[in-house]
Amino acid sequence: MEELLSLFYENREFIFLIITSVFLGIEVISNVPAVLHTPLMSGANAIHGVVIIGSIIIMLQADPSNYYALILGFLAVILGTLNVVGGFVVTNRMLEMFKKKSK
Amino acid sequence: MMTDLLGLSILELCYIGASITFILGLKMLSSPDKARKGNLIAGYGMGLAIIATILFKEELTADKWLNYTLILAGLIIGTVIGTRMALKVKMTAMPQMVSFFNGMGGACAAVISLVEFDHLRHGQETESGMLLVILLGLIIGSVSFSGSIVAYGKLEGKIGDKALPAGQFINIALLILLFGLAAWMVVVGCSEMSFIYALLFASLLYGVLFVMPIGGADMPVVISLLNSFTGMAAAFGGFLYGNQAMLTGGILVGSAGTILTVLMCTAMNRSLTNVIIGSFGGGSNSSSGKEGSHETVKEISVTDAAILLAYANKVSVVPGYGLAVAQAQHTVHNLEKILEEKGVELTYAIHPVAGRMPGHMNVLLAEADVPYPKLLEMEDANESMNSVDVVLVIGANDVVNPAAENDPNSPIFGMPIIKVWNAKNVIVLKRSMGKGYAGIENELFFHPKNRMLFGDAKDSLEKLIAEVKNL
Repeated sequence: MEELLSLFYENREFIFLIITSVFLGIEVISNVPAVLHTPLMSGANAIHGVVIIGSIIIMLQADPSNYYALILGFLAVILGTLNVVGGFVVTNRMLEMFKKKSK
Repeated sequence: MMTDLLGLSILELCYIGASITFILGLKMLSSPDKARKGNLIAGYGMGLAIIATILFKEELTADKWLNYTLILAGLIIGTVIGTRMALKVKMTAMPQMVSFFNGMGGACAAVISLVEFDHLRHGQETESGMLLVILLGLIIGSVSFSGSIVAYGKLEGKIGDKALPAGQFINIALLILLFGLAAWMVVVGCSEMSFIYALLFASLLYGVLFVMPIGGADMPVVISLLNSFTGMAAAFGGFLYGNQAMLTGGILVGSAGTILTVLMCTAMNRSLTNVIIGSFGGGSNSSSGKEGSHETVKEISVTDAAILLAYANKVSVVPGYGLAVAQAQHTVHNLEKILEEKGVELTYAIHPVAGRMPGHMNVLLAEADVPYPKLLEMEDANESMNSVDVVLVIGANDVVNPAAENDPNSPIFGMPIIKVWNAKNVIVLKRSMGKGYAGIENELFFHPKNRMLFGDAKDSLEKLIAEVKNL
């Protein structure tokens, strides 16, 4: 319990950031028209690919002799990149169609 | 070389910059004319955050050459495969593609947790707070991964809807077991690898069992939900590393994704709890109260259909997944142009969940250059339905099924639908008398106002165009 409390105290700034971000996330997309639901979902999907930074940090901090971390970290980098790159490219392809229309 | 402090300051600045691009990107994705730019901006922010992490997070040292090589190799492999997949995928397969990439993000988060757990147990003492964050990241990431892959398989048609008997109880029991095990591990400070593998396995299993029985109209909701799960998993990672870019990115998607999920549920008059716990459309054999055994379906010939359309004042098109499968979006646009030359007023009635994802039809029709004002949302379309002469239902089924209004036993009961029978005539273009995605009969086909035009949507539309031209 005490450890959880200290976790809370040590991370109070992050917790503040989390709460603000939650409301920001809700606010930012609250006016989205139905047309954009699919591209928005796809774009959001690409943004959570930011998890790739965690896998890069693993690789940077891993001891070069720690093969467990290196192999899994390498796998994580590939998975994260797929999420980021695939996500943004797919979203861009969807949205290209909207652009074509408005010209 | 630069000092540590300078490098770390640049890194944090880049993270702030990336966070801003994520917020702006999401904001711009919500408005039609800025959406594409928003996606690109968020993409640049992501690139910035990735490059800055590689360069400034740790001091570049020669003995870690293997680490750097693997990072670059991973980035290149991921980029090549991801780009290829994203560029090759057909418009019809977009939803499952999103689901697949979402699964990759979830898997990434789960793998990070596995490594960090190993890291933590080699430390002096097990910190329960960090352990909690790691385990939550693992559970949510794994559920998101296996769930997304099942959703992908289902939309690809590789996995059918299967509901276990008492599946709901198994799911709830498994969920309790999952969080019970995780809580116990945190309290005891468990550092056994076998337990984390057990947790990983149980989470993956839960993801599969969670999505497996869900079919029909709930699939978009599930993908959106899993999308916000992955966002949360990314946020736990950010918490673990004290990384603001991961935190903001993850939480924004987590909360925005949840709201999007709720919006979709509202559009379908479904509660989120029911989607999560209940299976929908899966084993719905019990509900087919009246089979249309003695009722007959009226067919219409292409010529008659063409005459009906050409001499109508107002025509409304209700597109569905069948239109996407047949790749008939350009053909329907041609029919629209020809009918307009004849003075027919044509609009499209778009059900929010027509197709396999919200907005699916909008994207599809936008590809065919159908002008935006011609797309009516469901409420507007229903209001003006009385004045419509002919409704052309193209490859849609569940979204025009009257059972949603008048059969309380139907699995889609309560879902808002496009009330096409209020129009003067209905023509349904359909491949066969097969059932829709929810697997239920559609009374509309037996409705006195309705006539069927069997065949592939694209074929039928091309024949219609030819006939209308000849008139």
